[in-house]
Amino acid sequence: MAEIAYWEAIRRAHDEELARDPMVIAMGEDIGVAGGTYKATSGLYQKYGADRVIDTPISENSYTGIGIGASMAGMRPIIEIMSINFALLALDTLINAAAKIRYMSGGRVSCPIVLRTPGGTAHQLAAQHSARLARMFMSTPGLRVVTPRGPLDAYGMLKSAVRCNDPVIIIEHESMYNMRGEVPDEETFRPLEGAEIVRTGTDVTLIGYNYSVHLCLAAADKLATMGISAEVLDLRALRPIDRDTIRRSVERTHKAVIAEEDEATVGVGAEIISIIIEECFFALDAQPVRVHAADVPVPYNRHLEKAAIPNADDVLAAALKVLGRV
Amino acid sequence: MNVSDQKRLLREMIFFRRFEERSFEAYMERKIGGFLHLYSGQEAVATGVLETARCGHDYVITGYRDHVHAIKAGAPAREVMAELYGKVTGSSRGRGGSMHIFDPSVNFMGGYALVGQPFPLAAGLALACKHKRTDQIAMCFLGDGANNQGTFHETLNMASLWKLPVLFVCENNLYAIGTRIERSSAVVDQYKRVGAYNIPSSQHDGQDIDVVMTAARSAIDHVRSGAGPYFIEFMTYRQRGHSMSDSNAYRSKEEERQWAERDPIKIYGERLKKAGIITDTEIAAMEKSVLDEIENDVVRFAEESPEPRVEDLNKYCMDDQPNPQWIGPLVQGDHHG
Repeated sequence: MAEIAYWEAIRRAHDEELARDPMVIAMGEDIGVAGGTYKATSGLYQKYGADRVIDTPISENSYTGIGIGASMAGMRPIIEIMSINFALLALDTLINAAAKIRYMSGGRVSCPIVLRTPGGTAHQLAAQHSARLARMFMSTPGLRVVTPRGPLDAYGMLKSAVRCNDPVIIIEHESMYNMRGEVPDEETFRPLEGAEIVRTGTDVTLIGYNYSVHLCLAAADKLATMGISAEVLDLRALRPIDRDTIRRSVERTHKAVIAEEDEATVGVGAEIISIIIEECFFALDAQPVRVHAADVPVPYNRHLEKAAIPNADDVLAAALKVLGRV
Repeated sequence: MNVSDQKRLLREMIFFRRFEERSFEAYMERKIGGFLHLYSGQEAVATGVLETARCGHDYVITGYRDHVHAIKAGAPAREVMAELYGKVTGSSRGRGGSMHIFDPSVNFMGGYALVGQPFPLAAGLALACKHKRTDQIAMCFLGDGANNQGTFHETLNMASLWKLPVLFVCENNLYAIGTRIERSSAVVDQYKRVGAYNIPSSQHDGQDIDVVMTAARSAIDHVRSGAGPYFIEFMTYRQRGHSMSDSNAYRSKEEERQWAERDPIKIYGERLKKAGIITDTEIAAMEKSVLDEIENDVVRFAEESPEPRVEDLNKYCMDDQPNPQWIGPLVQGDHHG
């Protein structure tokens, strides 16, 4: 068991899958010679060559479409889009093609692509590099959407995604690539479905995904010093969502806070609260509370940016609110 | 090409015309829903190009005017008609309809409603052919209107850069839905637009199937040789509107009449008659046998096939039998990081 960075975990998954199956290719902007904006494919161009690790022009919609077309003929492309903001350019091929081809062909053609992209805010990148869009992909039938919070899932979910026959969107995070965590030395797969109880507790459930799980964990630490036992639940997959694990946790704690870095409207938190109401309304002792981004494009100024994005103290305050401690 | 092949080609084009016209009738009877885009008038292009390709081996992909391409590629006509009827025996099990015919058993990889979307999908199919080192090629049939999408330029660039074995077939029928080409494309001759991407291209008469086959043969040879993509433009004309809701108000009757003179079936039939290969009586018999086949086999199959079951609504959205190792369920407590 070694402690490695998130980007190294992604790189290792690429390396193992490229080595195992000649039908696996990686493609994206600057992933080859340059090694990837976040180093997630570094050294692989030298190891596997230009035909397996493909540097693409800046043509997100069409290179994604080329990956989809290749997948229809039996290949297993891992497509990188440098920022989820740029994935908006590829929505036609992703949502109108990849997500629908299996269904509209009556199950006769599959599109087993993996699309990796960082979605989140980080150090003053301003509005056009700070979108979070998870809520858009999670509402699209035909896709799987996963949000690895650390190196183990980043590694093991990418491995599973390459082998899965459905199109999988992996939403990473700018602020997590250097985060470190333990990954087993032996080959490991992490399932593409299932929420995970990351920390058990009895008084309140803090629900997060992607980077916001870390906000929940930090808030849980602070709550512990106040004698409050918080359970932290990582959704892991936004599509399909693990309703059972949410229900079971809320039935134990009777209180829920949902932390999302996205804006609230038609968002992840809205969906989770709907699920809680549908699954276990009568288990609730208090109204669930959402912690979310301000309803504005993300500003450049660091003070404004900080104010626009939720932090651990916001999660703490929300937890105290549902606990009736404020 | 021998005499029996020539007769077969004529019959195929008559068959495709009748298939489309019969679809129109079924649409008027409300047996076919949605949008219906007919290929009548353009038959020589798909028939001629695909006659020259290796159907079932090469990949074919196209837009929403896709019935004839699918059938010529090898999809059973009765399954295509059943798809138009929305039946479970249809090419796409009733989930796709007219615009989304799929038959991967013959490498017909679909019809798509988003104009220009098949460009990158075709290049991706070609990338797979190249990667697997097969001698397959991918063929992408689209209209002139599609060339105004970004995917046209983005894909041509990558196809050329990576020397992908893809043939772009531009069926220039002069209208992007209802907007004439001079009003939508700054360069009217579409084959000239690809020069910017260092892709060889040419323009040909799309109404004469002999011209189509000759041109397609050399284009396909180029692509199959590994020399990279080729863009071939055929000048053609759809006899009907863009779809069923189109009154054709944007075209003059005189223009329609001129193109009717250049009907591909008429041109080829006349040529075979002049060469003494076929007689009017034989053509009449051919037309009769096509009518019979379409009524008694194609339409009957579609009419008699069952509807998909409502219980199967969710079927086909995702992999029906996913491997639990990749999917889950997750075992709680095996990781706390």
